[in-house]
Amino acid sequence: MKMRRHDLPQLLVINPPGLFDYGDPFAAKFTVLRAWESPLPLPRFLSAHAQSAPALLCSAATRVTAGLLDLLPSLRIIVTTSAGLNHIDVPECRRRGIAVANAGEVFSDDVADAAVGLALDVLRRVSAADRFVRRGLWAKDGDFALGSKQLVGKRVGIVGLGSIGLQVAKRLEAFGCPVSYNSRTKKPSVSYTFYANVYELAANSDILIICCALTEQTRHMIGKSVLLALGKDGIIINVGRGAIIDEKELVQSLVWGEIRGSGLDVFENEPNVPEELLSLDNVVLSPHVAAFTEESFQDLTELMIANLEAFFSNKPLITPVMDKQ
Amino acid sequence: MDAIGVLMTCPMFAYLEQELEKRFKLYRFWDFPSQRQFFKSHSGSIRAVVGNTKLGADSALIDALPRLEIVASYSVGLDKIDLGKYEEKGIRVTNTPEVLTDDVADIAIALMLGVLRKFCGCDAFVRGGKWKGGDFGFTTKFSGKSIGIVGLGRIGSAIAKRAEAFNCPISYYSRSEKPHVHYKYYPNPVALARHCRILVVACALTEETRHIIGREVMDALGPEGVLINVGRGAHVDEPALISALLEGRLGGAGLDVFENEPEVAEELLRMDNVVLLPHVGSDTVETCEAMADLVVANLEAHFTGKPLLTPVV
Repeated sequence: MKMRRHDLPQLLVINPPGLFDYGDPFAAKFTVLRAWESPLPLPRFLSAHAQSAPALLCSAATRVTAGLLDLLPSLRIIVTTSAGLNHIDVPECRRRGIAVANAGEVFSDDVADAAVGLALDVLRRVSAADRFVRRGLWAKDGDFALGSKQLVGKRVGIVGLGSIGLQVAKRLEAFGCPVSYNSRTKKPSVSYTFYANVYELAANSDILIICCALTEQTRHMIGKSVLLALGKDGIIINVGRGAIIDEKELVQSLVWGEIRGSGLDVFENEPNVPEELLSLDNVVLSPHVAAFTEESFQDLTELMIANLEAFFSNKPLITPVMDKQ
Repeated sequence: MDAIGVLMTCPMFAYLEQELEKRFKLYRFWDFPSQRQFFKSHSGSIRAVVGNTKLGADSALIDALPRLEIVASYSVGLDKIDLGKYEEKGIRVTNTPEVLTDDVADIAIALMLGVLRKFCGCDAFVRGGKWKGGDFGFTTKFSGKSIGIVGLGRIGSAIAKRAEAFNCPISYYSRSEKPHVHYKYYPNPVALARHCRILVVACALTEETRHIIGREVMDALGPEGVLINVGRGAHVDEPALISALLEGRLGGAGLDVFENEPEVAEELLRMDNVVLLPHVGSDTVETCEAMADLVVANLEAHFTGKPLLTPVV
């Protein structure tokens, strides 16, 4: 029995879509309430149109606070397109009996691939060599100067051994890299060496890879002392959040040669990137795209719909947000 | 061993020159304004030649050096060496296998990731200030993509091992099927290309493998297919590659080698679905030193009557 349009459950979307398109797949199954398209200020819109909306679909750009929840008395489920939950007051949702589902591990492979790709690019100077060829310098100046370092045997230190960190470890092991890590808790099921703090990890690594979430504890966790411990032959890769690294200290250590190089997909103040980095040959810069492949966004669409359909059929959510352990 | 004359064919690596100079009398071929003059004055002193993939030791060179006993190539590839002639004359030949396997396999994966995930393009986007104007957009996922390997030797196997960690199904084409290998075998490159998304060339260059990747293989690989070459430029019909890319019959290419290095076709330099590297597959500090040490060790072994470490002939 095909559901008529006004029978379709209401799905509220507050912010305009970014790369994720709230298009046809959602319109086919839900009555999508597009708050950003209304000339009304948000509270007026919600009061007029969203009082019986049971579901909210949001990205990390929508801040879900107690104040917002007060305006949505019928809300029962929130699905977010991100893995991170900094934008959602999860305890408040729990108090109100509102279920929350996130992107789960949909992005883990792609982010792990990006971390490995950036590490290879920095060590083997792939982007720099590609620029060298495109500028006609190979024919003109001769061989690309030797300076690249081997990946095999380099000690990899992973900060945050969650879903992404584990995928990074699995990949780099195949390249012959010994893996160690620092995480909130030691993981008994893995054989990688655990270091109780990031400083110790950095001191024993050649390649430091940031894969953890941004929290109050991890903000500026990578500062001057950790970078010095990593040392002048070390490289740092960040596919977490810009604010995990003290960016000023990072720039300084790169400019002064205190570390060998860096591959960065995230920055403290995106889309702004420190001027000094733009002219360095020992860095590879990426515009926060580690998760953004056609395939992962296709998978994300299917996952968001699957979570919503499960909810509306009273079945268990596919990627429910679990309480922190 | 001071007096033993060793001829180096072209500049390769300063460290190698230094190590050779410590042990032998080193002649740098490129320092002599006239080759004829060089041969006239010194041909009788040369007992060893160190060549590489740019300038090996061909027939003419062998004929000009009557006291030549050994050629130690600073490369694993032997396409610039006239092996038959050496055997005939009883001249020994060594190369540098194994030490560069990991580095070349790493570059193959780097090229695959680079073409699909566009790191070079992303980096240029940020450096050019374009991020402030909007997002970069989507790229193509690498994990799980099917990979076909042409040549399952040391390098091909190392590529397969790495790609498996990305959950990529592996298949291959080789002169003969390899027993005890769990990857799917295809009897020819076209069949292989039809069944994979990324095709990587990792075999040796011989008469049979020259232009092994031609139009038919590229069409079989298709508009979403990607060609990776870490073998030799001559493995690929380069004009056919350029048309296939320009016409969208092939999705992308990652190339470390070209038919006429260091010349790279203008058309390639303008494409954003390619990654172009200046033959750096084994160019890491560690591997170059290891290769140089192996060249020196082979020469030392020969001149002290010990077994060669990595003989080819």
